[in-house]
Amino acid sequence: MALTNEYIKQRLTEKFGEQVQQFQEPYGMLTFEAPKELNLKVLQFLYDEADLAFQFLTDLQAVHYPDNKGRELAVVYHLHSLTNNVRIRFKVFTDITSPDVFSATALFSAANWMERETYDFYGVNFIGHPNLKRILNVDEMDYFPMRKEYPLEEQTRIDKDDDMFGR
Amino acid sequence: MSDQHIKLPEGSIEKQTTTLNLGPTHPATHGVFQNILELDGERIISAEQTIGYIHRAFEKIAERRPLYQITPLTDRLNYCSAPINNMGWHITCEKLLGVQTPKRVDYLRVIIMELARIADHLICNSIVGVDTGAFTGFLYVMQYRELIYEIYEEVCGSRLTTNIGRIGGFERNFNNTAFEKIEKFLREYPKVLKEFENLFNRNRIFMERTIGCGPITAERALNYGFTGPNLRAAGVDYDVRVHTPYSSYEEFDFDIPVGSTGDCYDRFLVRNQEMWQSLRIIEQAMKKVKEFKGKEAEVFHADIPEFYLPEKKDVYTKMEALIWHFKIIMGEIDMPAGEVYQSVEGANGELGFYLITDGGRTPYRLHFRRPCFVYYQAYEEISKGAMLSDAIITLSSLNLIAGEMDA
Repeated sequence: MALTNEYIKQRLTEKFGEQVQQFQEPYGMLTFEAPKELNLKVLQFLYDEADLAFQFLTDLQAVHYPDNKGRELAVVYHLHSLTNNVRIRFKVFTDITSPDVFSATALFSAANWMERETYDFYGVNFIGHPNLKRILNVDEMDYFPMRKEYPLEEQTRIDKDDDMFGR
Repeated sequence: MSDQHIKLPEGSIEKQTTTLNLGPTHPATHGVFQNILELDGERIISAEQTIGYIHRAFEKIAERRPLYQITPLTDRLNYCSAPINNMGWHITCEKLLGVQTPKRVDYLRVIIMELARIADHLICNSIVGVDTGAFTGFLYVMQYRELIYEIYEEVCGSRLTTNIGRIGGFERNFNNTAFEKIEKFLREYPKVLKEFENLFNRNRIFMERTIGCGPITAERALNYGFTGPNLRAAGVDYDVRVHTPYSSYEEFDFDIPVGSTGDCYDRFLVRNQEMWQSLRIIEQAMKKVKEFKGKEAEVFHADIPEFYLPEKKDVYTKMEALIWHFKIIMGEIDMPAGEVYQSVEGANGELGFYLITDGGRTPYRLHFRRPCFVYYQAYEEISKGAMLSDAIITLSSLNLIAGEMDA
């Protein structure tokens, strides 16, 4: 039996009830969210159940929504069930003043660097991560550059005097 | 910032092991990676990887660019097979915009993508040869990479960072020289690949150097998020081209080669086999392309004036084309809001694009799922306990591309 989005949704609501919500299917991929305290429980459930078997973490990243008060940062997991060949997207939202989310490194070794990258660019503090430090940026950096409050430099600015690069 | 960059840890003078700093610019690492190895004699006790030396903040830059200006950024991810990245990006955009590409475009894309895959595998495998001490194979196949680059040149005008194709198709039709060169490649390369295999596959020195070197089990590989040839060498037949076909891959007949032990030798064999399969795919695609006759053989892009730049001579002579040209260049065309994940089978794994738009002219968020970034974290585990010289082969046989890793 092919694994359908309806079935995954039904299994999730059976297990977690109202807490798993916002089911959508943008471009065919089942997307849902859960409270951030539950993220490991949901991932573990999806991993363990034999008929779901979402055992491959394709991708993990964060998105910053500055206007979304109280839930500014979204951590997005892309999971893949290789046996059923179905992909789903799972989101948890967190407050930007205390961006603590449980780390999925115990479940997926792949999450290690992905979470470090997410921390590096968005400052999501993954609780339980074995080595949460910056990965692509320099260690001395004291801000999280992918957040929306750091815009790119205005391309048309003329006040900068830079003889070397002709601006 | 501390005033001292390099701090010696406590007791580091008295310790019995050696700390070796391999990289970031080491001739054997083929890219800017730094590995801080802890050695006992020649055995590796632990390895700590530092990456990010060529981080260029593509994801941030992409947040201010319209879709078609992001293509040159994707070139610079895996620069050994830039066309695959370009095509992956175009396919992502087309999925977001709901564009249906003509069949001929799909086949032409398949040709270019498979050529890129061959170019990438050919570099990777011959570099494994170089690192084990066999330089000949590398120099021999290099002229065929040159031929592939000439084909790119015919199609898009550039060689390494190709910026090939546009949203909806190609910037121009393939000319006859391009087809001739592809046919020349199909004619001559199998012989060369055969010779390359004869040189390595049953070569005793090569086998003894690579068998059992840097192995990984299928279970660990999946847990580490391995994809592409590295995962297949461990025995998992996962290939994006088959599992979620894009660009009409479902119409082609090809096999997925798999290994069993996931060591350097298996990775090498899987890549070689994949080159044979790619040749098969290109042959089929060429046959399909040739079936288009007359007007149909002129089709090289989808009919989407909102996103496909009109030809320059039309801009000067036709009102319609001028309007669309102006609108595209001035960024007056908004994208639909939505979120898309699209992946393609890159030369070293599943290359994914996660694109969120909020309806403006630029992406709200764009994330590249870079295969090397994901699987390089397993390097410590698979090189632990190995000899230093084995670690070098493992590094090159994983096909790590610094540009892709650091985005």
